[in-house]
Amino acid sequence: MSRLPITKTPKVYVGGAFIRSESGRTFPLNDAKGHFFANIPQCTRKDLRNAVEAAAKAGPGWAKRTPYNRGQILYRLGEMLEARAPEMAEAIALGGGKPADTALEVSCAVDRLIHYAGWADKFEQVLGSVNPVAAPYFNFTVTEPMGIVGVIAPAEAPLLGLVSLVAPAITGGNTVVALASEPQPYPAILLGEMLATSDLPGGVVNLLTGLRRELVPTFATHAHLRGLSAVAGPEERKAIALGAAESVKRTHLIKAEDKRDWLSGSAQSLYEIRAFLEFKTTWHPIGS
Amino acid sequence: MKIQTPTRAPRRPSTAPELLFGDLWDYDPAPETADPKLKARYDLFIGGEFVPPAGGKYFESVNPATEAKLAELALGGPDDVDRACRAAAAAFPAWSALPGRERGKYLYRIARLLQDRAREFAVAETLDNGKPIRETRDFDVPTCAAHFFYHAGWADKLEYVAPGRRMEPLGVVGQVIPWNFPLLMLSWKIAPALCLGNCVVIKPASNTSITALKLAEIFQDAGLPPGVVNVVSGPGSTGGALMAHPAVAKIAFTGSTEVGKVIMRSVAGSDKKMTMELGGKAANIVFDDAPLDQAVEGIVNGIFFNQGQVCCAGSRLLVHEPVARTVVSKLKARLRVLRVGDPMDKNTDVGAIVSRAQLDTIRGYLKAGVDEGAEMWQPPCRLPKKGFFMPPTIFTGVTQSHRIAREEIFGPVLSILTFRTVDEAIEKANNTEYGLSAGVWTDKGSRILRMSTELKAGVVWANTYNKFDPASPFGGYKESGFGREGGRHGLLDYGRLVEEGRP
Repeated sequence: MSRLPITKTPKVYVGGAFIRSESGRTFPLNDAKGHFFANIPQCTRKDLRNAVEAAAKAGPGWAKRTPYNRGQILYRLGEMLEARAPEMAEAIALGGGKPADTALEVSCAVDRLIHYAGWADKFEQVLGSVNPVAAPYFNFTVTEPMGIVGVIAPAEAPLLGLVSLVAPAITGGNTVVALASEPQPYPAILLGEMLATSDLPGGVVNLLTGLRRELVPTFATHAHLRGLSAVAGPEERKAIALGAAESVKRTHLIKAEDKRDWLSGSAQSLYEIRAFLEFKTTWHPIGS
Repeated sequence: MKIQTPTRAPRRPSTAPELLFGDLWDYDPAPETADPKLKARYDLFIGGEFVPPAGGKYFESVNPATEAKLAELALGGPDDVDRACRAAAAAFPAWSALPGRERGKYLYRIARLLQDRAREFAVAETLDNGKPIRETRDFDVPTCAAHFFYHAGWADKLEYVAPGRRMEPLGVVGQVIPWNFPLLMLSWKIAPALCLGNCVVIKPASNTSITALKLAEIFQDAGLPPGVVNVVSGPGSTGGALMAHPAVAKIAFTGSTEVGKVIMRSVAGSDKKMTMELGGKAANIVFDDAPLDQAVEGIVNGIFFNQGQVCCAGSRLLVHEPVARTVVSKLKARLRVLRVGDPMDKNTDVGAIVSRAQLDTIRGYLKAGVDEGAEMWQPPCRLPKKGFFMPPTIFTGVTQSHRIAREEIFGPVLSILTFRTVDEAIEKANNTEYGLSAGVWTDKGSRILRMSTELKAGVVWANTYNKFDPASPFGGYKESGFGREGGRHGLLDYGRLVEEGRP
């Protein structure tokens, strides 16, 4: 007698816990052949606000972790993803990708995490400075995390696009509330499970699934999101810029129509980390 | 032998007699007499020439200390902005193609020519803005020249600015600057922009455009190619037209948070690069172990420098409870001998407020402070009969919810709050939408670094206040804006980072 398999209920990873949307809403996700696969949480603005609260709670602790420790945790996340690579490749394949492409996306996402893991205790030395002022002061500029960063992932590359935006933000000591790819949300659900086993403190990365048209406006206006990293179309970019103006929010917008090649080495750099850092200059007197 | 443990004497208010001379003697006037060499009328500076505005209209620039007319300024409008942007765009290919070494030489020349005429510019700035000649002579003009000199040296070293990336200029940069440091803000904006090979259209504040147009004379003398810098004077709406102009690839704004938000909305969806240097409500925090006399000087410099019309002014004094009474009484003694009056007098500490409108705004805040229950104190002082003057003002008994503790006043008004613990000081200091600057006064090095780490502000001054340098990045957290001006960091906001091997 054949055994009926146990299917998984997809839940989003918020505040270190796996939850359904507070609204109880879901939307059905089909596989590449058009067969029903699972019901995905259709998160609401309230879910987004709750996630921001979770990220705010996790923020100070994460920012105070030593850079070395943050680097090891990012590396550990890479280990978790590598270990479950075939499962993640299958999740990406739900969107219809070829096996070779989905495997490449996973391995590239692992490498991206390792890349940023290495940056964690190095970017400060490259970006900070001691400033030779014309007065008897020791004057130095250090970087600090911005706080909570909103991430709006691209529709395509449902794992790699998301990882490419989340990793630099948390490397810099920020906490993140991210909206997963709308057409392909399942890889983000799976990534949440890996985050949970990666030593990353709960609330540092919070992943939501849902509809962009419902959530992007709140990402734009929520005053506690100090920065916003988004892949967005022209209309969305305008809406984001208008919302960001309300609280002088920093935005780092990638044009969706430019079709960024996420597999390329150009999709990762020190300057992706820098985009979500603040710079603080201290004047300290010399003498007596 | 009995060993006595030394006990620390409790700190109490100084019992030394206070020397108050009152009206017993008066200072002789010590007027600065250098000729500011003002023209009766200033046109727009577009394409390397002074040209009349398209609308043919002019407006008056007034000396805020005497209310006398100084000069007529061209009223630039959208047509003039368009003309200036086209001149800048036309100049861009040749200017950006110049080797950095040569671009730098122009900036060096500007710095040197300004140093040659420093006193003349200081007098013009004081007449136009109302700030004391001591400040324009010793701070505004020399620091302006220093900014050009500093950035000149970067022009041929741009490959060292961003590791792993090549810096490319952006094109035409639109800049709008405020009236509080007319020349200095202009140099903060223009020097880094030109250094990278951008061309500039700048709109100075309508109250204080004279020195920007005088500096245009220096651009001519320096042989700066026509169109590289264009100056369009006019009202705020002209600045709006500049920010929105399609030829402008990057906008840089210094001013109030309110206007900054309007600009951000107006360019939404345009993909223009932005830097915003906006308002502040800085906490100046004095701990009980601080050198109090030094701290009092720092408090005075923090809030009464430039009549408090400083975005990073230390407008909230947070003082440790054990020393609160001492600090306030020392502060009052110091304010009694602060000299308010003729900005052209070399002994003047506090000059004129920039305009009647600003004076009215400040008066509105004084009323709000009193109405909300804070206690106001002003030293007795005789103000000139004409002009826009305001005595240095302190408020005690201020709570965090008072408007004078939350809103940027931009005047010589200090709100004094107290705290008991380090954590409370941090909590109160950060309890604001702003995050431009902060001051910390303590003898403990480790506490300075703890405070500096916890304060959400772009600049932290330890045992000093209101220090500026071209090598020191300046800019805010939160609603005080984004981007930095000065240092290697400031250059990054004026260029496009290009990966090697890519277009």
